[in-house]
Amino acid sequence: MKRFRIFRFRTSGGIAKERLKSLLISDRADCSPDMMEMMKKDIAHAILKYMTIDADHVELCIKYSGTEGPEKSRYLSAQIPIRDLKHVSC
Amino acid sequence: MGEVIVVTSGKGGVGKTTTTANIGVGLAMAGKNVILIDTDIGLRNLDVVMGLENRIVYNLVDVVNGHCRVKQAAIRDKKYPNLFLLPSAQTKDKSAVTPEQMISLTEELKNQFDYVILDCPAGIEQGFKNAIAGADRAVVVTTPEVSAIRDADRIIGLLEAAGFKKIHLVVNRIRPDMVRRGDMLSVQDVVDILAVELLGAIPDDEQIVISTNHGVPIAGSRTPSGIAYGNISRRILGDEVPQAKLESRRSILSKLTGHFRRSERRVAQA
Repeated sequence: MKRFRIFRFRTSGGIAKERLKSLLISDRADCSPDMMEMMKKDIAHAILKYMTIDADHVELCIKYSGTEGPEKSRYLSAQIPIRDLKHVSC
Repeated sequence: MGEVIVVTSGKGGVGKTTTTANIGVGLAMAGKNVILIDTDIGLRNLDVVMGLENRIVYNLVDVVNGHCRVKQAAIRDKKYPNLFLLPSAQTKDKSAVTPEQMISLTEELKNQFDYVILDCPAGIEQGFKNAIAGADRAVVVTTPEVSAIRDADRIIGLLEAAGFKKIHLVVNRIRPDMVRRGDMLSVQDVVDILAVELLGAIPDDEQIVISTNHGVPIAGSRTPSGIAYGNISRRILGDEVPQAKLESRRSILSKLTGHFRRSERRVAQA
């Protein structure tokens, strides 16, 4: 896990990007960071029934598909680290 | 029929006024008839950036209230005879003008000018609503900082809600050296986060401060920011200008230290 951290937070620019990602999701969705945390936990909880994941490092992000005009639609993207693929049991 | 462009940002101090002035000069250099409107009522600044503060007789509020005609209030630029400034009022506040009045003003100006560029005040209140009311497209200015990007995201949301189809981004005050060492978000990072099309990036350049001191916009000069603003104006005109790479060349020493740092990291990870 430490190695993961070194990669992600090695520079202040990287920290800014991470902070903005979580900040903008709560701004765009117009809900508090606390509520986002609850949503993250609920999603992790649901996935945990089926595979072994790192529930503490789930990341949510609201993204856009397309960059211009009316085609621009929003979608929720979740990044969920898998701890052990061998334990996937579907 | 001209085009009305609003230059906005949400956060103050990111370079809206400087961008407005320089886009105006860039378009005027290309031979277009341009009028810049300072919509920041009570805190006018575009006049000093353009170096025209001593020539103000009437202002925006006088025009919308019918106290004078646009021709009497608009000040011709010192250098470009096809560039005009409609200054803001310094003694009134934002409620002195309504969005409807701005729409009718911009409609009138569209018939006389190729480009009407509105310098929007900071914030999302009345002044912002006035500035965007008559605009056809928007240029959102931000700096590569968390606070400015957050506000830009909010502004983009509000512009989309107001029906804007053309929203473009200017990333101001990029420090290539800081981007290279990872201590500043890159232009691409900002574009990825905000998901709007990039109009251009302006390097952090002390010449901007000097140009503001003189009251002469920098567009058209052979400085990094002057060239960048020139390119932005050409893109507004529809020219295909490739985005310059704002990565300063790395010295042999920094390449070496970078190599050592990478090796150290590999050792640390092992």
